[in-house]
Formats: sequence, structure tokens, C-alpha cells
Amino acid sequence: MRKVACIGAGMTLFRRRLQETPKEMCWEAARMALDQAGLEIGDVDAVVFGSAPDAFDGIHMKGENVLDACGGIGRPYVRVFTGGGTGVFSPIAAYWHVASGLFDCVLVVNEEKMSSCQPHPQSVFGHIWDPILDRPLKPNLVWIFAMEMNRYMTVHNVRYEDVAAVAVKNKRNAVGHPCAQLADPHITVEDVMNSEVMAWPVHRLDISPPSDGASALVVCSEEFARTHRIESPVWFAGVGWNIDTTFWTDRDLYFPEYLANAAKIAYKQARITDPRRQIDFAEPYDPFDYKELHHMEGLGLCKKGEAPRLTREGVTQRDGDLPTCPSGGLLGVGNPIAATMGIKVGELYLQLSGQAGQRQIPHEVRTGVTNAWGDLMQFSSVVVMRA
Amino acid sequence: MTFRDRTTNVDALRSWRGDVEADYIYTTGVAGERFFTELRDTGRILAAHCEACERTYLPPRMYCEKCLGPLSDWRPVRGPATVEAVTIASVDAHGNRPPEPEVWAVLRWRGIHGGLVHRLAVPPKQAKPGLKVHPVLRPAGSRVGNITDILYFAP
Amino acid sequence: MTAKEVRWPGKELTAKEFYNKVTVTRYRPEAKFAWSAGEAMSRFLAELQRGRLIARSCSSCKRVLFPPRMFCEECFRPTDAWVYVRDTGTIETYSISYIDLDAKRIETPVYVGVVSVDGASPKMGIMHYFGEVAPETIRIGLRVKAEWKPAHEREGSVLDIRYWRPLRRGE
Repeated sequence: MRKVACIGAGMTLFRRRLQETPKEMCWEAARMALDQAGLEIGDVDAVVFGSAPDAFDGIHMKGENVLDACGGIGRPYVRVFTGGGTGVFSPIAAYWHVASGLFDCVLVVNEEKMSSCQPHPQSVFGHIWDPILDRPLKPNLVWIFAMEMNRYMTVHNVRYEDVAAVAVKNKRNAVGHPCAQLADPHITVEDVMNSEVMAWPVHRLDISPPSDGASALVVCSEEFARTHRIESPVWFAGVGWNIDTTFWTDRDLYFPEYLANAAKIAYKQARITDPRRQIDFAEPYDPFDYKELHHMEGLGLCKKGEAPRLTREGVTQRDGDLPTCPSGGLLGVGNPIAATMGIKVGELYLQLSGQAGQRQIPHEVRTGVTNAWGDLMQFSSVVVMRA
Repeated sequence: MTFRDRTTNVDALRSWRGDVEADYIYTTGVAGERFFTELRDTGRILAAHCEACERTYLPPRMYCEKCLGPLSDWRPVRGPATVEAVTIASVDAHGNRPPEPEVWAVLRWRGIHGGLVHRLAVPPKQAKPGLKVHPVLRPAGSRVGNITDILYFAP
Repeated sequence: MTAKEVRWPGKELTAKEFYNKVTVTRYRPEAKFAWSAGEAMSRFLAELQRGRLIARSCSSCKRVLFPPRMFCEECFRPTDAWVYVRDTGTIETYSISYIDLDAKRIETPVYVGVVSVDGASPKMGIMHYFGEVAPETIRIGLRVKAEWKPAHEREGSVLDIRYWRPLRRGE
């Protein structure tokens, strides 16, 4: 397989409501990524689009709706979908487009417009549950996260304040992100603990906000990067993905086995045998604060049940030994589901190419890992990148 | 490979009903806002022009789909529209038959990339490609900034 | 994003602008469905109406699969037999919800969670409500039993069980 680089990134502001249509957000992000890479759409061989369920934007087949804005007209164009895992999965799809030798330069555009959905995006989340077994109970999707969080905390005897500390860290990290929706330099663990209980143990500030937004990346072959004199390409070192059963009530929710399986694939390719030592920083998917902990453990960055201690000891702070979510994450920057690509794979690219500005990790970083998580809490996509 | 147990008594098979409820508000967007407020306030139909690609888009958009450059040159469409294709709709979106069949058309303007789909106020037999038509709008005060501010197109 | 890029695209709207100022279109889809329950769920629903829980067994991996299914996803072969499981079980996890389906706040919280069912393979269960519990008494590991609706009120639905309540002495 050929070596594959990321050479440009763009994203819109993440906000509760943007005026732009889904197409317009896509174009803004795509244009920015091309500008950053110093390319024009004519340099692009193929386009990958990623988005979560159509029900948020309220446009069926939204991949077709936005394709003109993504430069998809007259090009090989495909939409990929792995629910909430799409943000890290569409870059993987772009990776195999290039690694296979089929294409030299691929534009990846991810988008989500959640404000269209009334009265709240939660309303259509209801339709992902099994119609016979689950929906008669009138579930809110937060339930499933609350149950997973409770199971995780109970099995490892985790204190709630150690979970809340993740929300505090990420919302503070987001202060350095120009697109951030919920950055807060002054937030404290008490603020999170005292916020309204939504579905115990999940409090309002444990949850990332619904957002409108789009992001884009330019991905290319080694030869393309050389002939176009790209200054600081960042390389895909390993990719992986994995899914567990949809009978989610048959699984022990305390550990994300699917993520450990996905990471194993990516680490094998990246020749990583000791993730904690060989990986310098991480952007685990953090739609909820406990998920960062859950995902650090699934990614093998620490032992099972050990992530809360690393957080408490400051290891995961931006200037710590294992900076985690230096972007500010979904908790701080926002959660336009698939578009979180911009703060996951996008952040790896920016950090590893030294372009993260105010968010730049103060010490040298060479290797980063990120994951996204989705479908019915059963899927993970993993990307390892190297400078 | 098939299931070894199979229900042959159809009365034992069940189904489960449910509505997929959803409700949406779509912003018209940055370009759409300009297009629809212009239609509402002045009655003009605006298109957006790309200098580099020599293309003028209707509906207007904020980017050129060919070069992905930004568009800032907006201009009203001129002259009548030409009917390119028609269909006579005898059933509505719910499968019901309206009292009179409705005539719908694809409308194009000279020099414009794209066009509009809208109703045609002509009898079905006269609805032919090539017909020149003009938009008929709601009265100025009652327009809301929506595609239905255009009532129909008429010769 | 970098020194090269200073403009971050996106025109934010306030709630007031979104609902009252900018031009919008509205749409309310009418999407009505009837899902065929299929072999396994048809029997499962029929048994619920009789006040019983049923599973399927796989003779290859020896698991008792609950909720029941006609194929074993691990062995990738048809399952072999219907097996009744018990209406008692263990709370694997739970939440106390203060929000409804639309994320609106509700006055009386709902106790909800996953029960692994006795007689099925370990950890296999369903999501359901809990009753006769309080924040202080509900816990992971609590032994519970289904509280069924009276027979004449049951209609072949997971709601034929009102909720799962703590086991009583002697049960």
C-alpha cells in the first residue's frame, strides 16, 4: 500500500445554529481546506463525503444534496456512514482511496446540520432504537449513555468528580479553538457537578452540545505531496475499525471491546506495541466526558479503570505527559456529529504539522491517535498519524 | 441455509406499528436569504455569476460548483423563461386526485445555468416545451420569502 | 486555522433570528410504518402476552440467546430450539431519567436500565423500566422480577411488563 498524507484542513464555526445550508457549510469547509493546501478543485481526483443520519438535516440522501458543494460533480464521489463514528471513518475511506493507488488526491468533506430538527435533535435520535424492543419504552438516547456511564463507574469504582474533570479540561482547552461553541476558561468541577441532572448519572455539562458545522481534509499520495511541494505533510500510520452486536443489552458496557479491536488493527499497521509509550497525544471521541475515559482505555493508552487517575493527576492536560483532547474536543468545541472530523483527525494534522496555534502542545509530538464512536454505541474508527 | 423453525400459521406472525415523527425548519442559507428576500421585497429573480467559469447560476449559490470559487456577482434574470419539459400531475403527493390536473414545468432562462421547477398556468393541452412564460407573483405585501411567492408561470 | 488562514466561515444565528427573522421553509414528514416482527419477535411478543419470556438456543455454542433470534451471529447458523427463560434477573446497569423522548424535562423521574435475565446466557437481557425502587435502593447487581400487567390487559408488547421490581422475600 502507498503512503498517504493529510495536507490540508478546513472547518466552519461550530454553533447551535448557523444560517448556512448543508451545502453552504460543506463548501466553506472544502474551500478552506483547498486554500490551506494551496490547491484548486481541479487538483482533486475523488471526493469522500461523510455525515450521520439524514434525519438531523431533514434531507433524505443528503450526500447527493451536498455533492456540488464538495466538488463532487463529474468526479468519483461516495458517501460513507458509520453513525457517530463517521468523523474518523470518512478519512479512513479517503486513506484507502489513495493507499490503493486508485487516486492521488482526495477531498474529504463532513457535515451535520442539527438545528433544522425541531424541537430538538434528540427527537429524531428516538428512531434509531429497535421499534419492537426499545421504542415502546419511549427512550431518550441519553439513557443509553447514562447506563454505560453508570456501568463503567460502578465496575471501576470511579468517582463522579474524576469524570467531570474531563469536561472541565476540554471546555478549558477549547478556549484556544477559534471555532469553539462552549469554551469556558473559568469552568470548575463544581459547575459540572451542580449542573442539571438529565439522566442520572449524566448531568447537562457532561454532554457535548448539538451543533451545526462542517469540516474538510485534503488527503494525497506521497508523490503528490512531493510534486506539489507540500511543506508539512502528516502521514496516516495506521487505520482500523470494528463493530459489536446491535443487541446492546447482551454486552457488558463497562469496556468498549469494539474500540480495542479497531485499535489493534491500526496499531499493527503503525507498528505500535506499547501505545502508552509510543503515542504522544490523543484525540479520543468525547461526546460525553466519561467517553474520553472509556476510549482512552479502549485505545490501550492506559489499563482498564486507570483513565480517571491519569486525568486527576494532570497527565492528560495539554502540557501533561499524554495530552488528551488538546482541541477542546466535542465537549468544548461542539458536536456536529460527522463534522467533528475537524477536531479529531483535523487536530492530529494541525498538532503534528505545528499549526495548532494557541492550542499547540508545548513539547514535541510525533505520533497521535484519534477515534470516533457511533452506531448504537457499538462501533469505533481509529486513525494513527505521524509527523 | 434457512431457518429450521418456520411459522406457517400466518395469524401467529405479528407486525408492529409506529410513526417516525420529525419536524423541520430549514434556513434558506446565505445565498438563499438574498435570493428570497429579493423575491419578497422587489419581485426580482436573482442569479449568481462566476466570472472565471462564465456561468450564471439559478437558483443562485455562494460558490461555483465548477471551480469552487466564491460568487459575489449577483444579477437579475432577464426576459421570459422557456418551458423545457412538462408533466401533467393527476395525483398529488398523497396519492389523491386533485379536481383539475396540475401542470408542472422545468423553466430555463437564456444564458443561465440551471433554472426552476414550478407550476404552469396553462391548460394541459397547451403545455408544450418551447413556450415562453413569465412568473406571476403574490401581491407585494403578502410575500414571505419562499418559493411559493411565485404563484405560477404564465404565457 | 493557521497563520495563512484567518477567516473562519459560518454565520451564527441567535434563536430569535432563526425563528423570527431569516427566511426559512418548514416541513413535517408524515412517515408511518408497520414493521413485520418476523419469526423470532412474533413468538417473543406472543409469549409476552402469555406472561412468559422466551429465548432461542444454539446447539453449537451452547448459548441461550435473549432476546431470541433465528440465527446465531457467532456461529453463523440457524438457532435450534425455543427455550423459556425466567422472569427474574439482575440489574446490569440503570439510569434515573429526568428527560423525555424530546429532551423535555419531566417531573417524576423514570428508572430505566438493563436486566440480564435468569436462564439466558450471561449478560443477555433487555432494557426496561424499574419500579418500587428509590435512588437510595436501586443498584447494579440488584435482583429483580417482572411485574406483569393482568392477563386481560396484555397485548403482546414489552409493555406487558409494567416494570421490574426488587425480589421479595421467598421469591
